[in-house]
Amino acid sequence: MNETPKPNSFRSGPDEDGRFGIFGGRFVAETLMPLILDLQGEWEKAKNDPAFQKELADLGTHYIGRPSPLYFAERLTEHLGGAKIYFKREELNHTGSHKINNCIGQILLAKRMGKTRIIAETGAGQHGVASATVAARFGFPCVVYMGATDVERQAPNVFRMKLLGAEVIPVTAGNGTLKDAMNEALRDWVTNVEDTYYLIGTAAGPHPYPELVRDFQSVIGKEAREQILEAEGRLPDMVIAAVGGGSNAIGIFHPFLDDADVQIVGVEAGGRGLQGVEHCASITAGAPGVLHGNRTYLLQDHDGQILEGHSVSAGLDYPGIGPEHSWLHDIGRAEYVPIMDQEALDAFQVLTRLEGIIPALEPSHALAEVIKRAPKMRKDQIIVMNLSGRGDKDIFTVAKILGMDM
Amino acid sequence: MTVRMDKRFAAVKAEGRPALVTYFMGGDPDFDTSLGIMKALPGAGSDIIELGMPFSDPMADGPAVQMAGQRALKGGQTLSKTLDLAARFRETDNDTPIVMMGYYNPIYVYGVDKFLDDAIAAGIDGLIVVDLPPEMDDELCIPALAKGINFIRLATPTTDDKRLPTVLKNTSGFVYYVSMNGITGSALPDPSLIAGAVKRIKGHTDLPVCVGFGVKTADHAKAIGASADGVVVGTAIVQQIAGSLTKDGKAGPDTVASVVTLVRGLATGVRAARLVAAE
Repeated sequence: MNETPKPNSFRSGPDEDGRFGIFGGRFVAETLMPLILDLQGEWEKAKNDPAFQKELADLGTHYIGRPSPLYFAERLTEHLGGAKIYFKREELNHTGSHKINNCIGQILLAKRMGKTRIIAETGAGQHGVASATVAARFGFPCVVYMGATDVERQAPNVFRMKLLGAEVIPVTAGNGTLKDAMNEALRDWVTNVEDTYYLIGTAAGPHPYPELVRDFQSVIGKEAREQILEAEGRLPDMVIAAVGGGSNAIGIFHPFLDDADVQIVGVEAGGRGLQGVEHCASITAGAPGVLHGNRTYLLQDHDGQILEGHSVSAGLDYPGIGPEHSWLHDIGRAEYVPIMDQEALDAFQVLTRLEGIIPALEPSHALAEVIKRAPKMRKDQIIVMNLSGRGDKDIFTVAKILGMDM
Repeated sequence: MTVRMDKRFAAVKAEGRPALVTYFMGGDPDFDTSLGIMKALPGAGSDIIELGMPFSDPMADGPAVQMAGQRALKGGQTLSKTLDLAARFRETDNDTPIVMMGYYNPIYVYGVDKFLDDAIAAGIDGLIVVDLPPEMDDELCIPALAKGINFIRLATPTTDDKRLPTVLKNTSGFVYYVSMNGITGSALPDPSLIAGAVKRIKGHTDLPVCVGFGVKTADHAKAIGASADGVVVGTAIVQQIAGSLTKDGKAGPDTVASVVTLVRGLATGVRAARLVAAE
């Protein structure tokens, strides 16, 4: 029996053209169109194939280590004196972040499609590491494009990727960050269409990527929803996650979208402040535009030229955001707020000292928002935050900023 | 089809040769030099002009065109100025068709309706927008056709017989066959493969088929021109401009002249093309 989606559901997107309201779509060169149509067809089949779902679930359990715990942060809760704070511990996954959830799913798709080579873009290197990991696990050659600036500030992840057998290609165009890496990955894909699978790391790009990445990442929210019901017997009052491209955020948000009483908060990188161009707050300070295959909020000038942006966190250093977030913002279902570099760095240290968890700089942005909001909430209220990655990769960056000698 | 485009393809056909289509980046390295290049192109033998609209993130372009775009943007070029470039060209040439080529975002931000009105006023004959495949026709293609501006589509080696009708459906002016999967400026593939592809496309449409990507020399132009209705040269011209600049990236004394020399050679190539085919 076909179930028609509830008319008031926030979870039925995208439409058949890959649109979430005016956002999303398929803005790619003709060379790539047959590929993304193939991918869409394969994804439709895989979604409904019990063997595919079983393999995905088995790898989730035994390779990634799912489910990830939902941890009650007792000392942080006491310290802030307000709402109860829970962390969805995605940083405990194999490879240290949520990125592996999507990579396992997409490599299974690549295998089904008979592709023999994997390419990926990476900012912080978490997606690059996860891509290199699954490529090693399934025996694919893997090329990772990474901005030259990021290669420098995320050196441990570069080494990890190389150990895993991936070729890391530094991209010097632009500011040498995630945007430039994505351009270069697209250029590779358009040149090597026959054998290459482009493993996009975030819930952005041309349809069907925003949908399929979200679906692979939604395991986060599905588990968190069950876990909080078990721990507290009710849903949380608020779900918070950091948003760069927005895959960890949409992964935890999506299963809660139709729970009207759950407030959804996405945290963008405010960088050095929103007044200039040194931030990556696409929704808070950008405007709708078209880049990398989709329409979404972008940092751009009045001529439609994309700006470079800045964030202390390489993973959030992207001038766009996944199209579903743009839509959730426009219809008012989710709220997006900026957190500055300094606030994120402070939060990073708070968590390290109070809970013995070193978070990545990306979820440190979400944490900074938790630190602002929890004290204003009642003690019987609940916040669930996606702790999307661990901070080992960031210790050199943080040491440099704090002036510590390593 | 606009009258200019129609007339031009008819004229070169009457001469028994393919058209030479020349691409350069609007505003590279500055507005005035760029206008000088544009004005010199028809005299050097260019039949149709592709006017590049610079974009910060040209995802389908190789390093040469990427850098041309960066130079133009650094020189203060905007979409509005690129339209102005065409308008200034039209003051002295009302016959050479102009096709604007680039990416969608600057047009989207400018506003589609305003852009089309201003493009018509500037004497633009067609648009090539790399990141608007047929699936996105409602964005710009349909409004452009409604206002009488050609929407020229790229067909590629991945555009098989099944997909070709989709690609050709709302295409007008000419079909731009991209001779390989890849970015602009790559190496030229085997001309016999290209001839086969052109024949395949012609089985689906009566529109002229122009071939680009990889054409750099008069010999290339000659070889490709044997089967195609037009030969598109872009990267070679952009590189010629780059090579003529001063150390600090400003226009050199020979910038315009060196482009003229290159285009003259290419024009000789296309004029010899059908002689080869007849042999």
